[in-house]
Amino acid sequence: MIAVKELTKVFGKKKVVDTVNVTIHPGKITSFIGPNGAGKSTLLSMVSRLMNADSGEVLLDSSDVKAFKSNEFAKRVSILKQSNFMNVRLTIRELVSFGRFPYSKGRLTSEDEKMVDQALDYMNLVEMQDSFLDELSGGQRQRAFIAMVIAQDTEYVLLDEPLNNLDMKHSVQIMRILRRLVDDLGKTVVIVLHDINFASVYSDRIVALKDGRVVKDGPTNDIINTESLKDIYDMNIPIQEINDCRICVYFDSK
Amino acid sequence: MRSNKVKIIIMLLLIAVLTVLYVFQDLNGSYHYALPRRLIKVLAMALTGVAIAYATVTFQTISHNRILTPSIMGLDSLYMLVQTAIIFIFGSMSVLILSQMLNFFISLIAMVVFALLLYHFMFKGDGQPIYFLLLVGIIVGTFLGSLTTFLQVLIDPNEFMNVQDKMFASFNNVNSDLVWIALLIVVGTIAIGWTKLKELDVLTLGRDNARNLGVNYDGVVRTMLVLSAILIATSTALVGPITFFGLIVANLSYQFFNTYKHSVTITGAILFSLIALIGGQWVIERVFSFSTTLSVIINFIGGIYFIYLLLKESRSS
Repeated sequence: MIAVKELTKVFGKKKVVDTVNVTIHPGKITSFIGPNGAGKSTLLSMVSRLMNADSGEVLLDSSDVKAFKSNEFAKRVSILKQSNFMNVRLTIRELVSFGRFPYSKGRLTSEDEKMVDQALDYMNLVEMQDSFLDELSGGQRQRAFIAMVIAQDTEYVLLDEPLNNLDMKHSVQIMRILRRLVDDLGKTVVIVLHDINFASVYSDRIVALKDGRVVKDGPTNDIINTESLKDIYDMNIPIQEINDCRICVYFDSK
Repeated sequence: MRSNKVKIIIMLLLIAVLTVLYVFQDLNGSYHYALPRRLIKVLAMALTGVAIAYATVTFQTISHNRILTPSIMGLDSLYMLVQTAIIFIFGSMSVLILSQMLNFFISLIAMVVFALLLYHFMFKGDGQPIYFLLLVGIIVGTFLGSLTTFLQVLIDPNEFMNVQDKMFASFNNVNSDLVWIALLIVVGTIAIGWTKLKELDVLTLGRDNARNLGVNYDGVVRTMLVLSAILIATSTALVGPITFFGLIVANLSYQFFNTYKHSVTITGAILFSLIALIGGQWVIERVFSFSTTLSVIINFIGGIYFIYLLLKESRSS
């Protein structure tokens, strides 16, 4: 279990994350939602140790994440950020193999190769595993990076806006894979999302942030209602239920 | 990659041929005079080549930039300032210039201390972007360069000739004792760095991905910066400023081997630099009969290649 306690991050004078308390429940998809600049990505960066907090702590199984060795932490929590620029040419397979670095330090064993094969298979990348990343479409590249994180085989998988720049088909594809990661493999997924309908349809729990503070935190059904969404987004958002999914109709909100 | 192995073997053969040509052509049985001198020169070239290739490739990886060389940190400028200042203050007949040993250590220590100070102040905060360090390096380098020019303007014209000698790298009068000392430093530094090559591979994925994979990013960057500063300082103190050369061999190696593995790209860059240095020196001695120095030719070819790289990068982005 990951527990965030009184976490605060200040940039200049602005408190980007302001005394946040959140618990990440194991074996569930938790979505971080909220307006731009609410501190979702910053919170995720601090949970995954990419960024140091100014005060407060993040506990992984009740010990401070800072106490973990980098390598041990990388076997338990993985994070994928939005921008992944590189100036080397890598094939998909080479990239996914990097996911095994915490275990193999770059010398892949047959066990590692097997994990890489599985991850490629999971993301439907087996046929194109030898193509270069810069020849791929945005959706394929995103899938390759997620495959790397799957190969890393951590209990916790954190993703910062993985649907950015993806079309509907690829977004749905990726969300379904994340769902399978949780349901089939028992992973815990934390994801920053902009589209609340993806959060509504696919996540088990939702944490809503606004101006660096947690405004709502609970099971998806408790959050996805007009009243709560008004608190989060300052918009009047009607909800329609279609095939048991709650859909937020925010396109024409007054 | 089998093809890369073949490429490396071909390059090794080429280096062997060039070395034999350089050492034994026109030797005329002068085994006691010319042979040891030529061997020392080959060793000096090999050391310089290895140091610069290694330092440049690692530096480009940690700065995520393929058109930078470690000289951007201002080490070359500092070397020139030290040389100019010594001649300006003590004169070209000073023991600090005449004793190559003394001069080597003064330059080496000045450059290493400078680099360590720069890093020390820059890396106080956590996760400082390396671009900040580079910018400070450029500014300090320009400042040192201006100071050097200022001294050179004031200096006695005869003394200036001596300064000018130091401005271009030359293998023609390398001190054999120094070569052995430099050999120790270079081998030691590279041995330390070699264990980190796998982590450098991960660094190409960027800071966030590297940290996600459990690499101590800041630690690796710091170690590699210090190691490349020591290598550059050693080669500069040994033969003079020649870091521009690293840009050529590093990029040739990326293009030729087309892999992310540093064990391969660094080896490739080292081989390219050996070919260029030994082959180039052979051409200069036997074809141009010493009418120019190698670094002039390297800067000429390097400049053209640099423009080509800039054009290529601007087109691709």
